[in-house]
Amino acid sequence: MKLADLLTQKKSQIVARWINLLYDSYPPETAIFLKKEKDKFDNPIGYGISRGLNGLFETLVQEMEREQILAALDEVIRIRALQDCSPSQALAFIFLLKNIVREELAEELEQQNLMEELQELDARIDGLSLLGFDVYTRRREKLQDMRINEVKNRVSGFLRKSGMSMNDI
Amino acid sequence: MAKVPKPSELLPGISYQPPAKGWMDVKPDFRPGTYCNPAAPKWMEWIGYPYPQARSIPDNEWGLPDNWQEIVLQGMEDRLDRFRSLKLFFDICVRCGACADKCHFFLGTGDPKNMPVLRAELLRSVYRRYFKKIGRVLGEIAGARDLSEDVIKEWFFYLYQCTICRRCSLFCPYGIDMAEMTLLGRELLASVGLNIDWAMASVAQCYDKGSHIGATPQAFKDMIDFLAEENERITGITTTPSYNRKGAEVLFVTPSGDYFADPGSFTLMGYLLLFEYIGLDYTFSTYAAEGGNFGWFISHEMGKRLNSKIYAEAKRLGVKWILGGECGHMWRVCNQYMPTYWGEPVNFLEEPVSPITGTRFENAKIHKMVHISEFTADLIKNGKLNLDPQRNAHIKLTFHDSCNTARGMGIFEEPRYIINNVLPEGHFVEMPPNTIREKTFCCGSSSGINASENMELRMQGGLPRANAVRWVYEQYGVNHLGCICALDRATLPTLLEYWVPEMQVTGITEMVGNALIFPDEIERTTDLRDRDLEGFGEAAEEDAEEGE
Ligand code: SF4
Ligand code: SF4
Repeated sequence: MKLADLLTQKKSQIVARWINLLYDSYPPETAIFLKKEKDKFDNPIGYGISRGLNGLFETLVQEMEREQILAALDEVIRIRALQDCSPSQALAFIFLLKNIVREELAEELEQQNLMEELQELDARIDGLSLLGFDVYTRRREKLQDMRINEVKNRVSGFLRKSGMSMNDI
Repeated sequence: MAKVPKPSELLPGISYQPPAKGWMDVKPDFRPGTYCNPAAPKWMEWIGYPYPQARSIPDNEWGLPDNWQEIVLQGMEDRLDRFRSLKLFFDICVRCGACADKCHFFLGTGDPKNMPVLRAELLRSVYRRYFKKIGRVLGEIAGARDLSEDVIKEWFFYLYQCTICRRCSLFCPYGIDMAEMTLLGRELLASVGLNIDWAMASVAQCYDKGSHIGATPQAFKDMIDFLAEENERITGITTTPSYNRKGAEVLFVTPSGDYFADPGSFTLMGYLLLFEYIGLDYTFSTYAAEGGNFGWFISHEMGKRLNSKIYAEAKRLGVKWILGGECGHMWRVCNQYMPTYWGEPVNFLEEPVSPITGTRFENAKIHKMVHISEFTADLIKNGKLNLDPQRNAHIKLTFHDSCNTARGMGIFEEPRYIINNVLPEGHFVEMPPNTIREKTFCCGSSSGINASENMELRMQGGLPRANAVRWVYEQYGVNHLGCICALDRATLPTLLEYWVPEMQVTGITEMVGNALIFPDEIERTTDLRDRDLEGFGEAAEEDAEEGE
């Protein structure tokens, strides 16, 4: 069987582990909550992470447009970009997948000759991480823009009165 | 040589080694983006607040007065005496944890100290140490701790990560109200010179010039006159606001966000149109030009100082009662504190009666102030408004219950009733039940923390709200988020820009303004924001041509 098929077959186990590992990066009380609360509106971080990682996994087993891949990355990174102080911390979660795949598919990898495909997967995960840096940077820039826009917005009615637009200042 | 870390080592929790440190040992991490800057001395001097001094959070030296502990403990003792509720809240919590996962700051940051039960514990631990025998004797074992500089820093960090929204108290079997504790805790911080700049600047400007934004009475009048001209340009209707007019029946008060910033200004255009339509005898006051009250976010004393202008003006102008615009915290103050702040019965005003429908607003018997949504819903209910919902056909709306109007005073139905009357059928979609009405999620930026330096914190605190908004956007193509709060209109656009950029924010009276049919109006082709209406003017002609 090809690696891609194996990955699809074991998707739920692999992604569940990935999600749980990311939950474990929160303080223990929080991790317990993130794992326990199933309502997506009462657990928005959990929902964002699980939606994001499921989507991200798909980008590895299917062909996708670049924009779709960036969107999948953004699901998780937009949360992490607020919560972690450095890009390395915000993006470390992507690399965790390499180990998870090796552990979840340990037997199959040993029995079947999948080394080449595994290397290919690793390379794709690396690629994902590089794109992750772009997404992270975009999010951080967005926060900066929002800071500036909000200051302008506070007098936007006044600007309108003066015949100026937001771009004039 | 240092080893290059593995990805798993970069994520703190994964290499987490139990046992977990006790919560008292974990110090707050003052990362940029998570806290508000301390108040500049200038603002504190303007309003005569103690210990003004330039401070910097990252510096370890916060410049507390020498006897700061004495001041805080004395302040705590005074408040325990004055507010029975505080003592009760300190004593009766059984740490059942029912509130733990109900705070939007916990849900958005994942920081356990944002669990309301732990937020309260920050204060309670000091109370136990100094005011309970068991704490004095047993110390940490009894959950008590010394009031150290680290503790006061922790208060500063976490009491400004609480938006006083009261969601947690809804789930507490004892009704313990964290918001009250946060407010009193902030008073204690202010008593030793610790305030946040954004709130303090707004307060000082309001105290000195008359509005949070620092607009002078002249600028206030100019701005409203301009919005009246805009109304005339778009609808052909001349609206005639008056200012400081003695003998008017009603004093109208609204927050400065409604006349200085979009999209609030469109809501103000809606007020002007509505009042013109029904011929309301009302006046603005350039003295009571700020409905909002950031003073309340600092201390009850400051809340009272800013609030007293409203009754003073009502008295001076000789109006019968007060009508208030779409605001959240203004309502909590006016509805729950204003008569107490004033100190004597408000006998110079009458129990509000709508001059158009004759409805008596018994709920406003004590404070004599009616919310615009109550007032408008009553007009519609009595058939006094001729409305064309098609003029809002470009709007598909969901409604955000502002904490203060919803949980704080029970206004749930009125805005929904108005919405259903000004929008075409099927254009109003509710968010899931655990995120609206009394369970509504806060915008995450209220209570004076809508500064820009703490943007990361605000986006986390607002995540639960935005998450539900995004759901109705994705499921039903909703494109507008409605609210009856000026702070929401200032902060939700920013929140949505981060999480759901496809959505816009609107006040409810703005949509009333769009829908109102005046007998002598010009043909409307745009809404109050100059956006083309669907099925009117050129758009209608194009449709007709296509149909031919
Ligand atoms: S009042 Fe609101 S912000 Fe404060 S702790 Fe309770 S839920 Fe959180
Ligand atoms: S729900 Fe009430 S009693 Fe229970 S932990 Fe929270 S504050 Fe204490």
